[in-house]
This record gives sequence, structure tokens and C-alpha cells, in this order.
Amino acid sequence: MSRAYRHNLNGSTLQAGALQMEIRDITLRFGGVRALDGVTFSVSQGDIHAIIGPNGAGKTSLLNCISGLYRPQVGEIIFHSGQRGDRNLVHTKPGMIARLGVARTFQNIELFRHMTVLENIMLGRHTHMRHSLLTSFLYYGPARRQEIRERELVEEVIDLLEIQAVRNKQVGALAYGFQKRVELGRALAMQPALLLLDEPMAGMNAEEKEDMARFILDVNDLAGVTTVLIEHDMGVIMDISDRVSVLDFGRCIADGSPTEVGADQAVRDAYLGQEAHA
Amino acid sequence: MNLARKASADPIPVDDATTFPKLLAELDRRYGDGRIAVQEKRYGIWQSHTFRQLHARVRDFAHGLASLGVGPGQVVAVLGDNRPEWLISELASQSLGACTVGIYPTSVGEEIVQVLSDARVKVVVAEDQEQVDKIIELKDRLPDIETVIYYDTRGLELYQVPYLLEFTAVEAKGREWAAAHTGWLDEQIAAGRADDVAVICTTSGTTGRPKLAMLSHANLLCMGRSLNEVDPMPSGNRYLSFLPLAWIGEQMISVACGLQMGFTLSFAEEAVTQRADLRELGPDMMFSPPRIWEDMLSSIMVRVGEAGWLKRKTFAWGQAVGDRHAEIKLKGERPGLVLSAKHRLADWVALRPVRDQLGLTRIRRCYTGGAPLGPDVFRFFHSIGVNLKQIYGQTEICGIAVMHSDDDIKFATVGKPCPGTEIEIADNGEILLRSKAVFHGYYGNEAATAETVDADGWLHTGDAGYLDEHGHLVVIDRAKDVMEMPDGTRFSPAFIENKLKFSPYIEEAVVFWQEGSPEITAIITIEPSTVGAWAEHRRLGYTTYTDLAGKPEVSELLAEEVARANEDLPESVRVRRFVLLHKQFDPDDDEITRTRKVRRRVINERYAAIIDALAEGSPQVEIKSVVTYQDGTNVTRTITLPIVNMDGFTRKETGRRSLFGSNA
Repeated sequence: MSRAYRHNLNGSTLQAGALQMEIRDITLRFGGVRALDGVTFSVSQGDIHAIIGPNGAGKTSLLNCISGLYRPQVGEIIFHSGQRGDRNLVHTKPGMIARLGVARTFQNIELFRHMTVLENIMLGRHTHMRHSLLTSFLYYGPARRQEIRERELVEEVIDLLEIQAVRNKQVGALAYGFQKRVELGRALAMQPALLLLDEPMAGMNAEEKEDMARFILDVNDLAGVTTVLIEHDMGVIMDISDRVSVLDFGRCIADGSPTEVGADQAVRDAYLGQEAHA
Repeated sequence: MNLARKASADPIPVDDATTFPKLLAELDRRYGDGRIAVQEKRYGIWQSHTFRQLHARVRDFAHGLASLGVGPGQVVAVLGDNRPEWLISELASQSLGACTVGIYPTSVGEEIVQVLSDARVKVVVAEDQEQVDKIIELKDRLPDIETVIYYDTRGLELYQVPYLLEFTAVEAKGREWAAAHTGWLDEQIAAGRADDVAVICTTSGTTGRPKLAMLSHANLLCMGRSLNEVDPMPSGNRYLSFLPLAWIGEQMISVACGLQMGFTLSFAEEAVTQRADLRELGPDMMFSPPRIWEDMLSSIMVRVGEAGWLKRKTFAWGQAVGDRHAEIKLKGERPGLVLSAKHRLADWVALRPVRDQLGLTRIRRCYTGGAPLGPDVFRFFHSIGVNLKQIYGQTEICGIAVMHSDDDIKFATVGKPCPGTEIEIADNGEILLRSKAVFHGYYGNEAATAETVDADGWLHTGDAGYLDEHGHLVVIDRAKDVMEMPDGTRFSPAFIENKLKFSPYIEEAVVFWQEGSPEITAIITIEPSTVGAWAEHRRLGYTTYTDLAGKPEVSELLAEEVARANEDLPESVRVRRFVLLHKQFDPDDDEITRTRKVRRRVINERYAAIIDALAEGSPQVEIKSVVTYQDGTNVTRTITLPIVNMDGFTRKETGRRSLFGSNA
């Protein structure tokens, strides 16, 4: 009769601190433009790993390479998943990458606006659901049992993100902050091994940011999900991340703990601007 | 497993050895696993306990508490929202001869310290991380606290605090302890007497530091019985418990009536989902303070206002028919054939759908209590076919002493005394009450007890009132708040405030008057949801509450509303001037109690400048507002609030008003 959550949201079987993803020498070109140029760093299991950099530095491109939307011309992204072995994400299809446990949210909300919050988050369970077309149509037998089972996990995600009140509302009618939370919820419902968040706090006011930061920390602390996030708010980055990588014009110019990166001269030049010298 | 709804067999007999744990054992014997005792919406699904399961958990937890050293006469505090664990803690404490004191989950700092130290609490049951954090932060000032038990584990997994225990761990400990003490708990329960203190309720304290009123099993059972005599409540009633269990009103229905009659209690998922849960559940009865009814009315008015013209017309017609129908029925007459037929149609097309939206389709009776409800709101609910009745009582008399019975409802009265309740009006106009439900006294405060209950057992309510020609009690107001007009008539500020609060745009209103002067003024706070919606329709941009309340258009809207209220008031007590306050009243600022009663004393002190300016009739008033941020920094801002003068204001007739025009 304990109230604790029964489902583990973390899809990774690695020990905390183990190497989870290695990005090796990634180069991505669009015609003559080098969006990414030999980017190399690694992500450890259980970390909140922030990627920062000025506009156009290639942050979202890098996330798109990881989730398989872009295919870099050079380099490899090795994803470790314990017993299930290692895999190079560069030559894997996006659907397969999702099955490996890489979930993401988008900078501009990509939800189904005319579906309810619950339906949107249930979609996150899609990769875990197996049933035939006929039984699904009839909502009968195994399909029904499966739906009920998956719903239990989804309800825990709803509880974690405190969106019970809007459970049955259409997503399109919700406030921006809620939509961002629903998107995070959908990614979490996948039980991800690696969560990619593309500017989860963009366009939010201070209070919404604080809420979102708390949810990201909860997901990381309580469930132990590795999180890679892009964010512009330096205050938030310094507060919540364990490790920071800095991109500038497609190159990784620094990688380390928030304090190390904050003290790095090249970073201050690139990101905080020349005034920081004074 | 279904919610068995057979009409009850015989009610459980009650004598002077009956306690709630004994009732629970009897309910377990009668219904066992066949009926749901409590259910709670957790993770989107109604999770239930049958009477047998509830009984088993209560016994486990009681053993667990015993192993932690809780014994007869002690007080266990519960701090949290309504959950099965709240009820389990209460019944387990009572099984040991101890009692519980509930603390409002929104309480902070000083309030918690006061209750916990006054009641010498050693064991606290706190809901979740939020509540546990409050206790940890205050621990230095609470040396008596030995154990804090929590039941929502989220976020608490990593805490390394030695005095923290999880609820299920205490239950497990209890099972171990029980194995070594067979039969011990049964002896403890058997030793319980009806006169033992069952719960301590904090009095709402509109007048200062909350006092701890001790209520015995006999008090609560007697009150539940007399309520059942007036309004028979079949066992298996569905009841949604969403108001704090720390409040006497909720204890009264959920525990006192619930266990006596065998209700199925449901606990709302979250504060924000109450309304959705209400609709999903469709309870058979309901008891709420005026605030909830006023909110429901506002939400209907807003939705009707936003609906298309056909729906608006249909509702206006249906509501007018319902109003005439209710009026005739409440006079004790039979409505004519034509009206009955019209009413049936109106109910079908307009009234039932509205009741359905509110979750009130199955409601047989519902009650309002805790504060006066405006007659207009009352009338509205009857017009849509909701059998709403007034209850008058105080924490000190278990919440109910006087109430309406079916078909003897008058909107301006609170009804007749319940069976077994004596009533008398003292020479100074104060209402005196006497019954078996009069409490045992304030915990550790004999002086206050002696002031409240006299040697003959009369409870001095502090309210002024009189009995009308039909024997109905009319409550004017708190005795010290009643105002005397120059011509000698006595008038209640609450009456004027309720007239104002009937407007969906007004959240709170506090009226003021000068001794000997007939000029009445008011401070009004707006209802942000309705005024916000109104502003959006008008394409009026705003940012914060302060900004919205400061708009001249909003002042004009509210002046309309005040003028409408004034039309229903005698010339001498009309509101002459008012100010729209720059903020809402907030329990954290002490301006309003946790049960949302205005603390007049605090308002008088804090807004003295505004009140003076209102009395003088100045065109505006400047006040300093101090905003404290979480990091401790303060910002002082000077805000100029315009004073709206009602002299010479004439109403612009608008379409929306016709909706309720027939009621005026």
C-alpha cells in the first residue's frame, strides 16, 4: 500500500557514472556550410549534461544527429546500452534509435494539438506496445490489458509532472508552460535511457522556469535518467547541470563542470561576449 | 466489488461506550469486503479500501503508533490533504485512547508551531515532502516532536533525517509489535468511552490565536444522529471529501456521519481537480462553505455569458421557470399544472445539464455552513433544482446546531434547532446553545473555556440573532460586528457583503462604517478569473492582478455591480464609496483564515489609511505595499488607489443582467 511509484522511468541498465554515449569527431555539412566540425565529447549515465553556445553554434544540429534526424558526413556516435551492446547511432534509423531508448523534446513544441494530454503521453508508450490491428480496433483481450498496463505508467508520469488537472484537455488549448511539460511527459513515458531536451525553458517566465528546472531535477534525481539539454539561461545551467559542453561555430570549445566552463576564457569570449573581459 | 447501495438495515446502536474504532469494527463485521469504505483517486484511478481493508490498516497503524509510545491522552497531529492515511491516523489514534489534531495543509510557520506546541504533540503524520520540510525547518522550535511519519514518498527517498518514518514502515512495525502483544489492542479499544476526546479542531480564529477545541466521540455521534433525524442519510451514500479534514465541517460529515451511517468516502485527487472529481463521482450529499457555492455560481455565470444566444436564452427561461417553481414549493404550496409541465421541460433542457456540469445530478441534499451565504446565491441554487440548506453551528458544538429541514427553507434564516438542541437569546441579543454536542473545552485553556460555556452548560456563541415568528433562527452577525444605525435599527455588515459578493466579479467585500454616521464604504477584491475573462472579451490587455484591478474600465464594471447590490438594500445602508484593493486577501498575510473568513481586525489595522480615506470621501488614497521576495529582499512600492464614489452613479442596463433580473 506504499504510495511510491511502481515503474522505473530510467530505461538504462548502466551504472551511474558509466560511459553512456561517446560523440567522436562529428562533422555535419550542409553544402558548403559546416554546421558541426569535429565535435567530440562524451556523456555519462546519470548526468545532466548541458550543451550551450551562441545562436547558430550547432546545438540543435548535434541533437538532431543523435536522434537520427540528420546524418553527419564524418564521425560516429557510440551509444552504450549495457548487455544489449554498443551501437553507432550515425547509421541507425530514427525509429531504431528511439527503440534504443533515446527520447527527445523539440525547441518548438511538436505535440498533437487536437489530442488530449493523456493521448499525447500515451503515444510515448508506442514503442513499447505490441498488438495486432484487429484486437486494437476492437479494444479486446491482450490489447485492452496492455492499454491498461501502459496507462498506469503514464499516470505516474502525469503525477510526477503535476498535470493531473489538464489530463483530459486538448493540448492545443493549454498554456505554453503546460505544453512544454506534456512534451517532457511524452518523452519520459518512453522510459528513456537518454533524454534530449531542446531548450525546455525557452520563452518561459521565471516561475515557469523554476518549475521546469525542478521537474528536470526530479527526473534526474529520482529516476536517474541521463539528460542532455540545450539551454540559454546561464543561471539555470550553472544550477542544475553536472557537466557542460560549449559549442561555437560548430566546434566544441570547452567541456567540463559548470565552474570550469564558467571560468574558461574562450567560453567567455564566445558566449558571454567581449564585455566579460572588463 | 461494487458500491452497494441497498437501503440500510438498522442503524448501528450507539451508547455511552461507543467510539469510532468500535463503529469501524462493527462496519467491518457488517460489510466486510463487500463495500468500499474509502476511495482515493491516485494516478488517475480510483483506488479503494473496503471496510475490512480499512479496519486492518487502522489496526496495523495503531499497533505501530503504540510501538512509538503513543498512549491514552496524547495528541497526534495530522498535516496534509485528505487521504485515506488521514482517516487511518485518526482512527488508529482513537483506538489507543489518543486523539488527533488536524492542521490545515496550507498552514505555515507560526501557525504550525502554535498548534503543535499547544497540543504537546510528539508524533506528526505529514503527507509529503512539502509538509515534512515545514516540520524539519521548524524542528528547533518544536523540541517535543519525536517522530514524523510521511506517506507520499516522492522526493523523500534521499532524506537522512533520523526522526522520519514512512507510513507503511510504521504499519509493518505495527504488525511485528502486534504479534508480541496479542489481544492488547482489543483491550485498549474496549476500554474507550464515548466521553473520551476524539478529535481536536482548531477554531477558525477570526479573532486571534487559534484555540484547540476538544470534541468527544459522544459529541460527534450525537451531532451526527440529530443530523440524520432531520435528513435521513441512507448507508452507502457517496460523499466527496475535499475540504480540509482539520475543519469541523469535514470531520462532521466524513467521520461522524460517515462511520455512523456507513458512507463511501471519496478523496479528491488534488486541490485543482476537485471540480472534475465532483463531476466524475456525482455524490449524494455535499457540505461546503459559502465560498464553494459562490465559485460554482460564478463559473456558471461566466459560461452562460460565453455561450451562444440560443443557450443563453434557454437557460434564462429555464432558470426563471425553476425560480418560480422553487418559490411556490418553498412556500409549502403545490405548483399549478401548467407551471409543473413547464418546469419539467425546463429541467430537461436547461437545469439538469447545468447540474450535470457541476456534478450535482445525484445530489439529494446539500448544505452550506461556516459563514453566511447570501440569499441570492441560495435562491439561485434552488432555482436550478439543488436542494441547498443552511447549517448554523460552531466548532464548539460540532458544527451543527441549527438547520433547515426539507420544504421549510427560508433564504434569510438558518432554520430551526436540531433535535436535542436548546436555543435561547440572551438579553444582549447573543445566541446561546445547549446540547450534548457542546464540546469538552479548549485544550489547556480553562480560562477561555469558562468564558465560552457557562455553569449551566450554555454555549455562548458570540453571534447576535433572533428567532422569527416561525421559530427560525436569524443570525445577524458576530455580536461585536453588528452595526447600529442612527435610527436604532441593527444591521449586519455580512448581509451587505453577501449582497456584493453575489456578483461574479467580486471575490471578497468588507464594509466599514463610522460610529453614528450612516455612510457605508467598502473594500472590494475582484475575482480574477471572471474579471479576467471579461477583460479578454473587451480586448483589454492586463498583466497582473494589480494591473487588472487598477483599470478604470474595471472600476466602472464594479461600480455597476455595486449599484445593482445597492438597489436591493435599504436607503440607509447602501454602499457610498468603495476601493478596489490592489491584491487579493491571502491567508499567508493573515487577512483571511484558512477556511476563507475575513479577519476584520487585521484588515482594520493594515488598511487603516484606506478606511480613513473612504470615510473622508477623498478622491484617491496612496498606500505603501511591501513585497518580500523569496531571497529575503524587500521592495516597497507606492500605489495610488482611486476611490469610486457611488453618489450620482447611474446604471447602464446591460443584457447580461436580465439573466437574474427576475430575482431582484
